[in-house]
Amino acid sequence: MAEIVIRNLRKEFGAFTAVQGSSFTIKDGEFFMLLGPSGCGKTTTLRMIAGLELPTSGEILIDGEDVSQRPASQRDIAMVFQMFALYPHMNVRKNIAYPLVSQGVPKAQVQQKVAEVAKILRIDHMLDKPVGGLSGGDRQRVALGRAIVRNPKAFMMDEPLGALDAEFREIMAEELRALHDRMHATTVYVTHDQLEAMQMGDKIVVMNHGVVEQFGTPQDIYDHPATLFVADFIGSPAMNFLRFDGTAVAGAETVTLGENPVTLPQLQEPASGSLVLGVRPEHVSLSDTAPLRGRIEAVEYLGTTQIVTLSTPFGAVKARTSSALSARPGDLTGLNLSAPRLSLFDATTGRAVRTAANAGVFHG
Amino acid sequence: MSAYSVTEPSKVSKWVAGLLVTLYAIITLLPLVWIISTSFKTGPDSISYPPKVFFEPTVEGYVNLFTTRTRPAVSELDTLPPPDGLMEEIARRQGTIITGPSRFAERFLNSVIIGFGSTALSIILGTLAAYAFSRFKVPLKDDLLFFILSTRMMPPIAVAIPIYLMYRELGLSDTHVGMILLYTAVNISLAVWLLKGFIDEIPREYEEAALIDGYTRFQAFRKVVLPQAATGIASTAIFCLIFAWNEYAFAVLLTSGNAQTAPPFIPTIIGVGGQDWPAVAAGATLFLLPVMIFTILLRKHLLRGITFGAVRK
Repeated sequence: MAEIVIRNLRKEFGAFTAVQGSSFTIKDGEFFMLLGPSGCGKTTTLRMIAGLELPTSGEILIDGEDVSQRPASQRDIAMVFQMFALYPHMNVRKNIAYPLVSQGVPKAQVQQKVAEVAKILRIDHMLDKPVGGLSGGDRQRVALGRAIVRNPKAFMMDEPLGALDAEFREIMAEELRALHDRMHATTVYVTHDQLEAMQMGDKIVVMNHGVVEQFGTPQDIYDHPATLFVADFIGSPAMNFLRFDGTAVAGAETVTLGENPVTLPQLQEPASGSLVLGVRPEHVSLSDTAPLRGRIEAVEYLGTTQIVTLSTPFGAVKARTSSALSARPGDLTGLNLSAPRLSLFDATTGRAVRTAANAGVFHG
Repeated sequence: MSAYSVTEPSKVSKWVAGLLVTLYAIITLLPLVWIISTSFKTGPDSISYPPKVFFEPTVEGYVNLFTTRTRPAVSELDTLPPPDGLMEEIARRQGTIITGPSRFAERFLNSVIIGFGSTALSIILGTLAAYAFSRFKVPLKDDLLFFILSTRMMPPIAVAIPIYLMYRELGLSDTHVGMILLYTAVNISLAVWLLKGFIDEIPREYEEAALIDGYTRFQAFRKVVLPQAATGIASTAIFCLIFAWNEYAFAVLLTSGNAQTAPPFIPTIIGVGGQDWPAVAAGATLFLLPVMIFTILLRKHLLRGITFGAVRK
């Protein structure tokens, strides 16, 4: 297994820049998520690590060795594709054995390895079946088998659950994570599903328009988004944005929304002009006495919690509250924002203002 | 009230469709039946009017096809020793004696060599080119593809004279290599375009998986792409073979002694000792066989090949 270091990685397709100057490190044994909307460059990044695309510039180090200009076959990496890409003219056994055959592994050893892997993935009873008739989940297991059979340095997974039914996706997500916990293989996993990324990943890179927006643990990214894009992309419902104009000096612990002072983590840099206060729905509570006023527009019942949508002078706000709380559309109420969990963004640059809370999580 | 299905055709329409297909089959098969039955007729039977549907079959036509004969005077014929072998006996019955083999077998072999040779070459080159066009960034790709196709925009025979002169200078006239190259040149545009379509339909992920599994680009092509493209290759091969096999104009123009194929030879049979229609029919019948066998062998692929891409699996 291996550590993968990406330095200033860039990929241009003609005039279009798919990835611009990405840098991040994937530690040995990490389950690493590349997350972003379609067209953000996450798949291109993965394909460059795998060797299916050569970068325009930048370095890819696998175990300290720069492999950025080497063909895929020399990188000792395995890949699982969204469409499985099982060889349709071979049965399950041959599909799994294929990477070993290419390395010239003796037949007896191939058979033994295939049997071993099939057992781990619980597909040992279907080894002699053609791959055409398998269900989506089983196909993905075969594809996984083909990937793990030769103990590569790292696994690349390109939306491996994307083509599965919702029901299978759940099961396979758990299986994948369990498999990872057992093998501790460095895994790079591409997804556009933020829930999947949060649920499975040790680390997440959030990309947008070819740029790395943020890189960190799921928790850090959720709690302290570095940009408005990340704040909006992660979490469901997304982070609320209260837009206002104001000024705050470094060291300030409040900002003024209209006439209401709002306490937030101590600022470590000044901010002024058009600003955005970010607050997660679960950090908004309703209180009749709170100075920040809003009108309840809609209530969505979700079982134990409910999502209350309010209109405020600074924009719509969604609050996640206990279902026990009575909230009727049309009611006027006050909003309390949980001070330690607030983020402040500069609306023009889209970047988060450095505060005592998020200072520790930002990398470059 | 009887239930009817929206998707299942009704009995009447099935019946009408069946009738139309049968009718069409009869119309297309009739000339074939005619040729094959003529090949087993005697000379007089072949030209009798009204045509004989029932007749006593004979292999006279086939004997005449493979031999050259002379017609000695009747008095001379009586003085000959008894016929030696079945072929001689059949020839004698027509009042002729065999003087040697005809050149049909040789011409037929030429057709096989040139037809299959050019098909193989077209397929090999076509598959490689189509793969490159499908997968790689080729500068001026669209222009090149158009250029390749443009060779098909006029009848090939329109360039017969330049080719004739070129071939004479290069010493390619009347050679197997020359004919194989010529038919390949004509077929390659068809092969590249058809095969590019087939290869485009094969997801790239298969090769990418193979590349990551440690295979080189060429190994991935051979072990993953080729088996996937088998259907397309088979149907392209049939089209190429049918063209090369049936080509007449260039064969007449460029071949005479050495590399002449069967199509220009068969009509010349008519001139040998009167209008020997059974021999001509026998030649045509034998000439049909290789393409027929080839097509029957590959017909499963052919059908899938023609409808390929219409419905995504």
